Amino acid sequence: MAIQSIKLPDVGEGVAEAELVEWHVNVGDMVREDMVLAAVMTGKATVEIPSPVEGEVVWRGGEVGDVIATGTVILKIRTAGEGGDEEAEEPARQERPAVEDKPAAAAPAERPVLPQQPEPPPPAAAPSGVPSGGPPRAPGERPLASPAVRLRAKDAGVDLRQLWGSGPAGRITHDDLDAFLQQGSDAPARGGLQPNKAITEIKVVGLRRRIAERMALSKSRIPHITYVEEVDITALEELRARLNADQKPGRPKLTILPFLMRSIVKAVADQPMVNSLYDDEAGIVRQYGGVHVGIAAQTPAGLVVPVVKHVEARDLFDCAKELLRLSDAARNGTAQREELTGSTITISSLGAMGGIVSTPVINHPEVAVIGVNKIAVRPQWDGTQFVPRKMMNLSSSFDHRVIDGWDAATFIQRLKVLLEAPAMIFVEG
Amino acid sequence: MKDIACKLLVIGAGPGGYVCAIRAGQLGIDTVIVEMAKAGGTCLNVGCIPSKAIIHAADEYAAAAGMAAGRNAMGIHVAEPGIDFARTVGWKDGITGRLSLGVVNLLKKAGVKALVGRARFRDGKTVEVETETGLQVVRCENVVIATGSAPVELPVLPFGGRVISSTEALSLPDIPKSLAVVGAGYIGLELGTAFAKLGSKVTVVEAQERILPLYDAALTQQVAKRLAALGVDVLLNARVTGLSADGGALLVETPKGDERIAADRILVTVGRRPVTEGWGREELELDMEGRFIRIDGQCRTSMRGIYAIGDVTGEPMLAHRAMAQGEMVAEIIAGRRRNWEKVAIPAVCFTDPEIVSVGLSPEEARRAGYEVKTGQFPFAANGRAMTLVSEDGFVRVVARADNHLVLGIQAVGAGVSELSAAFALAIEMGARLEDIAGTIHAHPTQSEGFVEASLKALGHALHI
Repeated sequence: MAIQSIKLPDVGEGVAEAELVEWHVNVGDMVREDMVLAAVMTGKATVEIPSPVEGEVVWRGGEVGDVIATGTVILKIRTAGEGGDEEAEEPARQERPAVEDKPAAAAPAERPVLPQQPEPPPPAAAPSGVPSGGPPRAPGERPLASPAVRLRAKDAGVDLRQLWGSGPAGRITHDDLDAFLQQGSDAPARGGLQPNKAITEIKVVGLRRRIAERMALSKSRIPHITYVEEVDITALEELRARLNADQKPGRPKLTILPFLMRSIVKAVADQPMVNSLYDDEAGIVRQYGGVHVGIAAQTPAGLVVPVVKHVEARDLFDCAKELLRLSDAARNGTAQREELTGSTITISSLGAMGGIVSTPVINHPEVAVIGVNKIAVRPQWDGTQFVPRKMMNLSSSFDHRVIDGWDAATFIQRLKVLLEAPAMIFVEG
Repeated sequence: MKDIACKLLVIGAGPGGYVCAIRAGQLGIDTVIVEMAKAGGTCLNVGCIPSKAIIHAADEYAAAAGMAAGRNAMGIHVAEPGIDFARTVGWKDGITGRLSLGVVNLLKKAGVKALVGRARFRDGKTVEVETETGLQVVRCENVVIATGSAPVELPVLPFGGRVISSTEALSLPDIPKSLAVVGAGYIGLELGTAFAKLGSKVTVVEAQERILPLYDAALTQQVAKRLAALGVDVLLNARVTGLSADGGALLVETPKGDERIAADRILVTVGRRPVTEGWGREELELDMEGRFIRIDGQCRTSMRGIYAIGDVTGEPMLAHRAMAQGEMVAEIIAGRRRNWEKVAIPAVCFTDPEIVSVGLSPEEARRAGYEVKTGQFPFAANGRAMTLVSEDGFVRVVARADNHLVLGIQAVGAGVSELSAAFALAIEMGARLEDIAGTIHAHPTQSEGFVEASLKALGHALHI
């Protein structure tokens, strides 16, 4: 018998730590080789950690949501064979997080350094480990409570069967009763509208936590300037409809986005500053030749931004195809780390949900984000009469530290011209 | 005589009735209690208390006799001891008298009006009491029936002459030379053991295959061993057919053949029956449950305003159950929300050695569907038990295997009745094995057996 320690592997270039987002195994589970043990998240990509061995999980380090440094032991597996990194002198039962590894690491390592030495089990612990909360009561089982708690409940007219006990073996404590009474005391009589006092705690982990951190960073660092302009896309929509009617194998259906991406390439040529990353700590703006457009996409887990690289080197259909591939990958959670990073400018579009105005948040350290609002037929004055035109607003934000209002307006006006006369998008030179 | 009107009438001043009345008085309820005999009921006058007095006297005498016979391990020897049994009984009567008077005073202090006489229902709200001074009519909003129980008579052995019940056994004029005890339940064995220690030749006749059939064999084995050491003959699977023609012997059928047991006294302890007659039950519409009055979780009968508590409501027929019911009913009548939700009712046998059982036995727990862990610690490994020359017996803890919730605690051994408090508290508080294991038990005491049994169940007893 030997204990094999599983360390958090190096999951990507230069990634020093990763967030544990899911355990696939529990202590006591038998695992086979290559079975997925845990999932960790770096950047916005999830990496699954497979088991290198077959055996029984005897220890887990860390909880979901913990940020773990690369190389930290996250799991121990007892294997049948010899040659593990730790002889199984006794069943490893400790359940403390691996934080007390300093002395072991400092000691001259006669055997491989362990993050934690096995300790004798605490004297009162049951071999199986007694659940502190106890199992929930089986139906019909009487609630467990001391006579004093029972008496108070009776006096208050509370049926203890309604309560969940937080004490050992599910014992209902005075605190549990207090909490229940507090909750119930100002509830109105039965019938009518009931206030819902429920509070559900949702741990902000994984992708959500990443989004939260990124948004906070953007909004705290970047003084946003938001500029809204309307664009008449009647001509563009006509063109798009024609192209989509002309189905050819290998050509995906076009949305408005590939046109916008190509327009950005054109507009960036005149206003190169908007296609930059601003390293605000170093005080350097890196203006990119290549246009790497991030497209904010909603997935079941939250917002991700797949990146279409080198849009300047892609034609309309190539853009559409790449966009489709990436957004599918993002939605399925199979997008690679590289496909979710490296953008120089971002488009934020909610399609039909786009509203009339939005205030998009710049994807730090970029300096511009183009928000696409919904397309609607609106009356326009053509000089003699009102005519119905397909209109769309662009709500765009810029980092005012490096982009002035004039430059921002010039960039958007250029986009407007291109989109209103789409043939110009395809004129080279 | 002028009718009395009250909010609560309690019929019977046994432990259930008098506690109910005292509590009701404390709560300001206008309460009347009726008792036809002495306050304190069976328990105090002809049950728990006097039997313990006789048992203690017998223990003392047996200890002295042992010393005289040179059987004392501690080296104490005395001259031949004697006993003036009339004085023993007188001493016992002094105790019961004092306690009965005490109950009367407690009732008075609580503002309860006590009537002496036989009560009889006229209807659900009216009770007649035949007092010495005439018929007293009591009209009440609520009635608590606490009429208790009486010894069961065997058709083949009607009480009278040599055939006595526990009541007479506690007030015999002298120690019988020979005593036959019919029924090896706790009452028969407690008294049989006491008389054996006082010098009677005791024979116990039991219809079932073992003594104390309500307790598991591991517990009763210790008692059987002691009975044998005391020279008590125990006939199991034996059926009493009657008295011999001259009335001087008990006729018994056993698997080995018929036996004739010569006996000065024949004590019949084959159980107790609820007293459900003689107080006008026929005037009421009470649902019954077998021989007992049917009650719900608040001791309410099938009639509004009529409650029943104690032995008349079923097993276990124990004074402390009746007291708890009485207290609860008084509070319910006072308008408080109460319900019977006790987890355990401790049961004690004052046999030699004593037996305590609280909660579920291992077998009962398994039958209830629990996966159980048990831990048993023998007093032979307990220092205090050694110094008391009572190393027989053990403490046993039964707990759920999954969360270690203690389901039952049993013990057999000298003086273990006093451990019942700790056992009951543990179960009522919802203790886990770890709670008991984590409580310091004073050394040197027999209570250490409790912590050790719990540790044993957890897999790491220290002193075994």
